[in-house]
Amino acid sequence: MFEATDLNIRQKKIEWLVRVLFLVMAIFLIAPVLTILAVLIHRGGPMISMEFLFGDPLNGMTAGGIFPALAGTIWLVAVALLVSIPVGISCAIYLSEYAPENWLTRMINLAIINLAGVPSIVHALFGVGAFVYFFRFGTSILAASLTLAIMSLPVVIVATLESLQAVPQAFREACWNMGATRWQTIRLVVLPNSTSGILTGTILEISRTAGETAPIMFTGAAMFLPFLPQSVFDQTMALSLHLYTVSTQIPDVPEALPYGVALVLIGLIIGMNALSIGFRMYLRGKKKW
Amino acid sequence: MVETEAVDAQKPAKIKVRNLTISYSEKPALRNTSFDVYENEIFGIIGPANSGKTSFLKALNRMDMFTESMKVEGEIQFNGREIREWRNVYALRRRIGVVFPLPVGLPMSIYDNVTIAPKLAGIRKKAQLDEIVERCLRRAALWDEVKDRLDSLGSLLSGGQQQRLTIARALSQDPELLLLDEFSIAVDPVTTMQIEEMLKELRKEISIVLVTNLVQQARRLANRTAFFLGGECVEINDTEEMFTGEVKDTRTREYVEGRFG
Repeated sequence: MFEATDLNIRQKKIEWLVRVLFLVMAIFLIAPVLTILAVLIHRGGPMISMEFLFGDPLNGMTAGGIFPALAGTIWLVAVALLVSIPVGISCAIYLSEYAPENWLTRMINLAIINLAGVPSIVHALFGVGAFVYFFRFGTSILAASLTLAIMSLPVVIVATLESLQAVPQAFREACWNMGATRWQTIRLVVLPNSTSGILTGTILEISRTAGETAPIMFTGAAMFLPFLPQSVFDQTMALSLHLYTVSTQIPDVPEALPYGVALVLIGLIIGMNALSIGFRMYLRGKKKW
Repeated sequence: MVETEAVDAQKPAKIKVRNLTISYSEKPALRNTSFDVYENEIFGIIGPANSGKTSFLKALNRMDMFTESMKVEGEIQFNGREIREWRNVYALRRRIGVVFPLPVGLPMSIYDNVTIAPKLAGIRKKAQLDEIVERCLRRAALWDEVKDRLDSLGSLLSGGQQQRLTIARALSQDPELLLLDEFSIAVDPVTTMQIEEMLKELRKEISIVLVTNLVQQARRLANRTAFFLGGECVEINDTEEMFTGEVKDTRTREYVEGRFG
């Protein structure tokens, strides 16, 4: 009665095969990440020192440090976030909590999808036209950061939307029933229970912004500047563009230098992601329903 | 379908419903219904699923504003005023407490769950809030179980406790009208009895509309009972009349005796 039939055995075999297939695919995913890290640490690791991190580039960027680029990347990301977070979160709140089913809502959704699909070099050209020339910001941190902000808006909006939608509708209805307005409901119930997701999404977006090259190379990033930016209207160096410069534009760069720059950039990004993951785990630990 | 006697002009009406039709995307959920709910009475609504009971409660609280497909036609007067003419819909909702069948403990402390509505109404004094919390939780038969942990999360209580918390929250609004939609679905029988006793007390102060699947609960509590069937109000009668005496429609008799539905 309980003997395995041929059918049982075949199903079991297929189950095993499928499982192994999926596992192999998943391992394929880890392989490039580990390889990249290994190569970078192996070849760029010896470059990392206090002088490298906090020194100025010397001898036509063939020696010395990367501090202006590191500081510039932090500038660019910070100003971009100042713009994209308030705009993105407001937009997501509107779409999730207020938007009725009408043509305007459909337009906004369509705009987000299209914005996410625009190649970064096209964002760069838009940034040049809009911010550098039309608004007369010149090639500056402001113009570059605004370009980055527009590029990363879809990510902020989608991440925020998902966390807002994860708050059960019954919570909102319970609040509305007590005579709360939509904004009171958002403030009392929706936002306190979606902050973790919103923050996680935002931090992930930082790492994306930090690595972009195309949108900033015509709008505000310079290949070499002998000074640090003093305001958002100055140009700046940036890690991503610096990496491009030292690996392709300058002759006689010591081989380890580009690897060192790449290692710092990816270290910055992985550090951010780790922070985000840790934060998510901490908040998941105290989930409230 | 409604007999004229059901619309009694002598007693003061809390809610007047006239020719009410509720539909979802053109599909009617409740058709051409008229009745009154008086001051200080428990008005029971019984009937099988899909008979329009919950739709009526939603329309009363103007929740149709949040459901785009929901359309309400006809008149609903609350305190003699058409509810769609209340300029401040939030003030209307604050006067009407609602308890829906699924318990909703909001993910905040038990204390905060019960003080949201008073705070929205502008009450700030700690002593006053404390008093409201104790009074409402006592009435909902939850006080003794949670009085030592008012700062723990309301959403982590058991289902039955969350339902009583939901009731306490509805009472914290100090409503003039309480709408209960199958409130006892997640509550054990002993606690249900305690809450039913509380409702009988509460009737002296406010009006209550009690939608229930339990025919006997309507019989225990309601002064008058309406029988809804398939989006139609079949009969409105004094509760005792409906259960023991003459019914106006044979379908009512069959339903209350459990022969269908």
